[in-house]
Amino acid sequence: MTLARATGVILAKELRTEFRSRELLGTTVVFVLIVIVLFSFTFNPTSSESRRFGPGLLWLAFLFAGSLMLQSSFLREQTNDTLAALRLAPIDPFSILAGKMAANFLFLLLVEVILLPVFAVLYNVAILPVLGPLLLVLALGTIGLAATGTVFSAVAAQARLRELLLPLLLLPVLAPVLIASTEATIGVLRDPSELSPVWLTFLACFDVVFLTAAWMVGEYLLEE
Amino acid sequence: MPWSGVAPSNCCAIWSRAEPSRVSTPLASSPNGGAAEGTRAGPHLGLSLQFNEVEKRYGMRLALRGISLEIAAGECVALVGHNGSGKTTLLKIAAQLTRPSRGKITFDSGDNPISLEEVKNRIGMVGHHTLLYEELSAEENLIFFAKLFGLENPAEKARQALQPVGLTGRATDLVRTFSRGMRQRLSIARALLASPGLLLLDEAGTGLDPEGQHWLGATIQRLRDSGCTILMSTHGRNETQGAVTRAIRLDGGKITHDSGAHGNPNEILVMAAVRESGEEGAP
Repeated sequence: MTLARATGVILAKELRTEFRSRELLGTTVVFVLIVIVLFSFTFNPTSSESRRFGPGLLWLAFLFAGSLMLQSSFLREQTNDTLAALRLAPIDPFSILAGKMAANFLFLLLVEVILLPVFAVLYNVAILPVLGPLLLVLALGTIGLAATGTVFSAVAAQARLRELLLPLLLLPVLAPVLIASTEATIGVLRDPSELSPVWLTFLACFDVVFLTAAWMVGEYLLEE
Repeated sequence: MPWSGVAPSNCCAIWSRAEPSRVSTPLASSPNGGAAEGTRAGPHLGLSLQFNEVEKRYGMRLALRGISLEIAAGECVALVGHNGSGKTTLLKIAAQLTRPSRGKITFDSGDNPISLEEVKNRIGMVGHHTLLYEELSAEENLIFFAKLFGLENPAEKARQALQPVGLTGRATDLVRTFSRGMRQRLSIARALLASPGLLLLDEAGTGLDPEGQHWLGATIQRLRDSGCTILMSTHGRNETQGAVTRAIRLDGGKITHDSGAHGNPNEILVMAAVRESGEEGAP
C-alpha cells in the first residue's frame, strides 16, 4: 500500500472517531474562546493596539489549543493497544504519523477558523481584506505545530509522566514556529498589510525539515 | 448472540484474500493457493520462522535469554509458562512489534526467504488487548484494517469475517457497547481478516465462553490443517490445545521443555495445567 493511501485511510479513521465523539474539538474550542474573551476584557484594546499584540495572543491561544489536542493524539491508541494493530499492518510507519499529523492539522485549522471571527470582533481587527495572506500564515504555522506536536505526542505517550513530558518537549521546539508565525501575522495585520517573505520562508523550511525528520525516524518513534 | 459456527464456506471466504503483491509468489500461483478464486489457501500458506539466539532486555531485566527455536510451516506451537516467563515478548518479537536486543529472527515461505516487510502482510495477531477502536463499529473496525492490509473489497471482506464469529447482527454497533467476549471474537476476526500465514495468539481464549472456546479450538485446528503456522501462548488446558502439535515451556525467559516438532505435546500441556491448578488451589 502506498504511503499516501495508508495516510488517507488513517486520516479518515481519525476524523471519523473525533467527529463521532467530539471530545477534543468541543473542549478545545470552548477553552480557546474563553482565553481570547478573557484577554479582550483585560486589555480592552484599540484597533492599533490590537494589531501590535493581537497576533501574539492569537498564537498563544493556538498553542493552548495544540497542547490540548495533541496530547491525546497517541494516548487514544493506548486504550486497546491499537497502535500495535497499526504497526502490525504492512504500511510505511510514517503513514501512521502522517495520518495523525494531517488530522491534527485539520482539527487545529478548524479551531482557528472558528476563533478568527471572534478575535476580529473582540479586538476590532479587520481580517476580511487580508484573509488570504492570513490563512497562508495560519496554514504554515499550523503545519509546524501539528507536525512537531504529533511527533512529540508519539514520544511522550510511551513515557510515564506523559502529561508533563509533552509540553516540556514541545515548547522549546515550537518557539521558533511561534515567533515566526506571530511576526508574519503582525505583518499581515499591519496597516498597510505586508506578507513577510522572510518569515514565510522560515516557516516553510521548518515544516519541510521537521516532516523530513519525522519520515526518517518515524519507525523508531513508534516502537515500544 | 449464538455462535453461527464456521461452515467451510465461511472459512473459505475469510481465506479469499487477493493481494496483488503476492500474485507473483510461488505460494499464490500454486494450484492449491487459489486465492484469486476465493477458495481456501493451500498447504503452502504457512510461514516458517527461526529464532536465533534471541535475547530481549527491558532495562536491567532480561525477558528472553538466548532463545533458539525453529518452527516449521504448518506447526501449531503452544507456549506455556508462568506470568513473566517471556511468552508475550516472544510473540511480540515474532510479530515485529519489538526488536530483539540480541540475536535475530528470520522467516521463510516454502523454501524462499522473505523480507520482513513482506512478512507483515502475512501475520495475524490476537494480543492481550483487543487492538480494536472503541469509537468505531465492528464493521468499521474490520473495514479499516482490511484497507490497511490492502485487501480488495474491504466492506465485503469485513462482512464475511463477521459471520463466523457470530457478530453479523451487531456489525453496525460500536465496539464500546460489546462485552469482553464479543470484543475477543471481533479481535480474532480482525487477525484472520488477511488470511495470515503466521497466526500469533496471546491467550486468545480470554473472555470467551465455553462455546466460544470450542469455536476457537475448531478454528485453530482448521487453520493448522490448511497449512497456517500458529504460535500461541496459553495457560492450563483448554479447548484450543486440541490442535497443538508442539508445546514449549518457557521459564525465566529460557526454553526449559520442548516436545519437538514430532514429539507429544500433551506431557508439557498437562504439566502446565497441573502447575496452574496447583497455583490456583494454593492458599
